[in-house]
Amino acid sequence: MSVTANADQQTAGLSPAEVAQIREDFPILSELVNGHPLVYLDSGATSQRPRQVVDAERAYTEHRNAAVHRGAHTLAAEATEEFEAARANVASFVGARDDEIVWTSNATEAVNLVAYAMSNASAGRGGAAAERFRLGPGDEILTTELEHHANLIPWQELAARTGATFRYVPVDDLGGLSVDAFQAAISPATRVVAFTHVSNVTGAVLPVAEIVGLARSVGALTVLDATQSVPHLAVDLRALGVDFAVFSGHKMLGPTGIGVLYGRRELLSALPPFLTGGSMITTVTMDGAEFLPPPQRFEAGTQRVSQAIGLSAAVDYLRAIGMDRVEAHERALGARLIEGLREIDGVRILGHVDVDRVGLAAIDVPGIHAHDLGQYLDARGIAIRVGHHCAQPLHRRLGTTASTRASTYVYSTESEIDTYLDALPEAIQFFRKLA
Amino acid sequence: MSELESLYQDIIVDHVKHPRNRGLHDHATVESHQLNPTCGDEVTLQLTLDGDRITEAAWTGKGCMISQSSASILAEQLPGLTVEETMARIESFRESMRSRGEVPVDEDLLGDAIALEGAAKYVARVKCAMLAWVAAEAALAER
Repeated sequence: MSVTANADQQTAGLSPAEVAQIREDFPILSELVNGHPLVYLDSGATSQRPRQVVDAERAYTEHRNAAVHRGAHTLAAEATEEFEAARANVASFVGARDDEIVWTSNATEAVNLVAYAMSNASAGRGGAAAERFRLGPGDEILTTELEHHANLIPWQELAARTGATFRYVPVDDLGGLSVDAFQAAISPATRVVAFTHVSNVTGAVLPVAEIVGLARSVGALTVLDATQSVPHLAVDLRALGVDFAVFSGHKMLGPTGIGVLYGRRELLSALPPFLTGGSMITTVTMDGAEFLPPPQRFEAGTQRVSQAIGLSAAVDYLRAIGMDRVEAHERALGARLIEGLREIDGVRILGHVDVDRVGLAAIDVPGIHAHDLGQYLDARGIAIRVGHHCAQPLHRRLGTTASTRASTYVYSTESEIDTYLDALPEAIQFFRKLA
Repeated sequence: MSELESLYQDIIVDHVKHPRNRGLHDHATVESHQLNPTCGDEVTLQLTLDGDRITEAAWTGKGCMISQSSASILAEQLPGLTVEETMARIESFRESMRSRGEVPVDEDLLGDAIALEGAAKYVARVKCAMLAWVAAEAALAER
């Protein structure tokens, strides 16, 4: 196991005592499932929420709830202040400025916001400033075979609407993506490069800065799916140099219903809106409307206020631990997981084994369907994800329709990894015996 | 492990190991392909009809033991049934599958499908068990 990106860092992870203390904040982790203590290894799908997040939402709802950015009464002013403080807090967490963070419902909506805004630009909206977002025949939108459907279908659809060509960087036979593969696929016709930071199937961390460099060399915009990176790694979006990035609150200890679009200020300023209506305008006449600057331009309608405040509390929680330590903890768990899986007969790990990775690994057990495997593990209280994880093309390319994925977070323990690694061969034996 | 054993009964295992009427042909009257988008399980079911009566059922597919055994169980019992009898069986099976274990599978009517009763307790597996039955319903709706 080589953790190349962090080989020179000596950040300590979390001690068992520290993890035990963290787990105290997550009541759900003490639940019994099917008579067994819950072993929650599905944080890649959704993370659990600490009391601090729930408390922050409740305190807002019980004491300060009001419509934000409208009305002048005291509660409205307080609610607006807290809502904007949440934005500033999340912005600083990822190295962004306050007005570079747009609230969305989830990461999927954030990708769609960019795609539809570009579609609107292509239809002539946004004036001269939106020129760089206009796509048409001859232009290419580039994504990868590794993507979650959320960073794939919006681009296929954008290509279909604008006449641009949809292309993708193919993975190698093991599901890996090299910088060389990007280099081969990027051309002067490339206008958008949309790619993931961390694969939600292989757990591999992509070399973002190098890919951004290639995209920039041809003047293409970059859109980063940071959904599996921001929760688990110390991420500085400005330092990475991406133009846009998306991530989701519920995968980083926050509530559902809140996601984030990051966009470099100069780009968001030039981008026409996607959803239109209340709260995003300056002047409205019966002939048309003028829009507010970002981020409000992209936040039409009533906002997810308590969710934004909950996400801010989640960020506080992670920051108090330290993202470098969260990262070290999960890399250690990821290494233990991979080492264990390698030892189990009949298990094929999806993706390259010796890569820079987070605490996530998906496996295929030829002859045993993931759904059956998951059923056995569930009976032991082990919650893992089975299916295609919203990455059908990648699974197809790797010769399977479904896989079994374990993923960790800050509250995950070595003992939980071991419980999974112990149960897996038993599950395999159970089904092999049947057959 | 008793819950697991009740889910993966001998009948299920037998149908997985020795699938009945598996393999498509080119003389079917109607056909339906069904996909469970959450796990990628697939079943294609073909029915050959003589008037109102099913004379042959054939299928192919890939997926978990529940979806594949269910297809085999269904395909084995369809030949000889009328459309109306088939629809009644599909309805009865669906009612049991959606009952979270409250409505037992009618063994007199559904035969080996009794072995799929355990799946009804697991909301996530009901779709697996229903996949072939939905294919039969969709295929007959094509007539």
